[in-house]
Amino acid sequence: MTTSVKPKIDVPEKEEVKKNKSSVYKTEGLNLWYGTNHALKNIELDIKENEVTAIIGPSGCGKSTYIKTLNRMIETIPSVKTSGAINYRGRNIFSKEYRVEELRTKVGMVFQKPNPFPKSIYDNIAYGPRIHGIKNKKILDEIVEKSLRGAAIWDEVKDRLNENAYGLSGGQQQRICIARCLAIEPDVILMDEPTSALDPISTLKVEELVQELKKDYSIIIVTHNMQQAARISDKTAFFLNGEVIEYDSTDKIFSNPSDKRTEDYISGRFG
Amino acid sequence: MNYINHEQVAAKTKSRLIKNNILKGLFLAATMFGLIVLAILLFRIVTQGSEYLSFDFFTRFASRIPENSGIKSAFLGSIYLMLVVAPVSMFLGVGTAIYLEEYAKKNKMTDFIRINISNLAGVPSVVFGLLGLTIFVRYFGLGISILAAGLTMSLLILPVIIVASQEAIRAVPGELREASFAMGATKWQTILRVVLPTAIPGVLTGSILALSRAIGETAPLVVIGIPTILMFTPNSLLSTFTALPMQIFDWTKRPQVAFHDVAAAGIIVLMTLLIIMNSIAVFIRNKYQKRF
Repeated sequence: MTTSVKPKIDVPEKEEVKKNKSSVYKTEGLNLWYGTNHALKNIELDIKENEVTAIIGPSGCGKSTYIKTLNRMIETIPSVKTSGAINYRGRNIFSKEYRVEELRTKVGMVFQKPNPFPKSIYDNIAYGPRIHGIKNKKILDEIVEKSLRGAAIWDEVKDRLNENAYGLSGGQQQRICIARCLAIEPDVILMDEPTSALDPISTLKVEELVQELKKDYSIIIVTHNMQQAARISDKTAFFLNGEVIEYDSTDKIFSNPSDKRTEDYISGRFG
Repeated sequence: MNYINHEQVAAKTKSRLIKNNILKGLFLAATMFGLIVLAILLFRIVTQGSEYLSFDFFTRFASRIPENSGIKSAFLGSIYLMLVVAPVSMFLGVGTAIYLEEYAKKNKMTDFIRINISNLAGVPSVVFGLLGLTIFVRYFGLGISILAAGLTMSLLILPVIIVASQEAIRAVPGELREASFAMGATKWQTILRVVLPTAIPGVLTGSILALSRAIGETAPLVVIGIPTILMFTPNSLLSTFTALPMQIFDWTKRPQVAFHDVAAAGIIVLMTLLIIMNSIAVFIRNKYQKRF
C-alpha cells in the first residue's frame, strides 16, 4: 500500500495564465432543487474568459446540472427550482428581463451524445444563423465554411455538404455539433462530456480542437475523464454531492490538492 | 442429480412438434380468413360492376335506367367533401397534437384531455352525425351542405389524426429539441424547423388513413340528411351534395337487380380511391420515415 500523496496524473506544461482576465461567469450562492432533492448547494464559482474550465466529480455530483444551469437548459425539467445568482458578463441570467433565447445565442452548448439534426451538413450548420434571421445565401455560405473550419472538419466534409449529417461517424458528428455551435458566434461554449460517446482517436481530435478554440472562446467542459481534464483545462472545479469542494488551477488540483476528498478522487480511491 | 431427463425429453419431442405445427396452421388460417373474404368480395364486385364502368359513368348523373346511371354528382361531392375535411381536420388535429405534446404543461388537466381524445376515437359515427346535425346544420344554420358535412366528418376523424400526430411528435428525440433550444431557438422555431419535419411522415400517414375513413363513411351523412340522388353538381360550400357511399347505398336498396351491378361499379370507384389513398400513406411512411 503506497502512502504517496502524489497523484499519478501528469499535467502537461501550459503557457503562463494571464493574471487579470475578466470573468465570464460569476456564480453566487447558487442552489438548485429537483423537486425536494437538493442537487446544487451554495455554488460559488468565478469562471474566467479564454480559459478552459473543467468540471470533474463522480456521477450524480451535480456537474451536468451545473453546466446546464449556465444556459438555463435545466429549465426544460419542470420540477427544477433555483435560488442565488449566476452573473454572465455582469448580468444575472435568472433576472426576469433576461430572455433565454438571448442568453443561448451567446452561450453555445455541445452535448454528451452527438445530436445533429436529420438534415444536410450545410443545413445543420446554417440552422443557428437562420433562426436568428440570416437569409442571405452568401453570408450563410461563409458562416458554414468558417464554422466547419473552426471545428477542424471542413476538409473532411467540404465535398458533401448536402449529404445528411447522419451518414457521418460519431466523432465527425460531434465536430459537426461543435461547428453548429460556432455558427451562432458564441462567447462561451459549454461542453457536457463531449467525448464520452467517442472512440479514443475522435476524442483526441476533439481535445485538440478545444485547445484551438480557447483562443477565441471561453470553454466550460464537464468530464468524467480526469486525464482529459488534466490534459486540456486551465482551471478545474471538483464537485461532490452538489458542492464545490475545490476550484483552482488544474496544475494545483492535480499536483497539490488542498482538500483530502479531491486528492482521494483524483488518485482514484473513489468515484 | 439431473433435473432434465433426456430420455423423457426425447420421447415427448414429437408431440411437442405436432402441437407447434397445428398452431402454425391455425394462425395461417386466421390470416387467410381475412384475405380470402376480401378476395371473394373484390372478385364479386369486379365481375358484377365492370360492365357499367366506363368514362361515361363519371360524367352522367343518377338515372331511373341502370344503363344511363352515373356517379358524377356523388364523385364530385366526395371530392368536395375531402376539400373541406382535409384542411380542417389536419389543422385542428396537428394543432392539438402540437399543443398537447410541445406546449402544454404535463399535469392532470392535459392527462384528462389526452384520455378523452382517445375515448372520442371510440364514439360511434352515428353519434357524430347527430352532433353535426344539431350543431352545424341547425344551430349554425349551415343547412344540409358540404360545409356542415365536412365539419362533421372532420370531428369524426379528428381523434385519429390527433393520436397519430401525437405519436409521431413524441417519437422525435428530445436531443434534437435540446440542440435547437441551446442555440437560442424559440419553441415555435424548434417545432417548425426540427419537430415537424421529422414527424411529418407519421403525421401524414395517420392523416391520410383518417381521410380515407372519412371518404367511405356513410352513417353521419345519413343522419345529417344528405340526399342520395342529386341531378346537379354543387357550386358552393353551402350547396347540398351527395357522396359516393350515399349513392352506392341508394342503388343497393333498389328492387331492380341491374342497379345492384351499378352499385358494384360505384364500389369499384370508391375502393380504388381508398386503395390509392392508402398506398400514398404507405409510400410516404416507407420513403420518409427516419429511424433514430
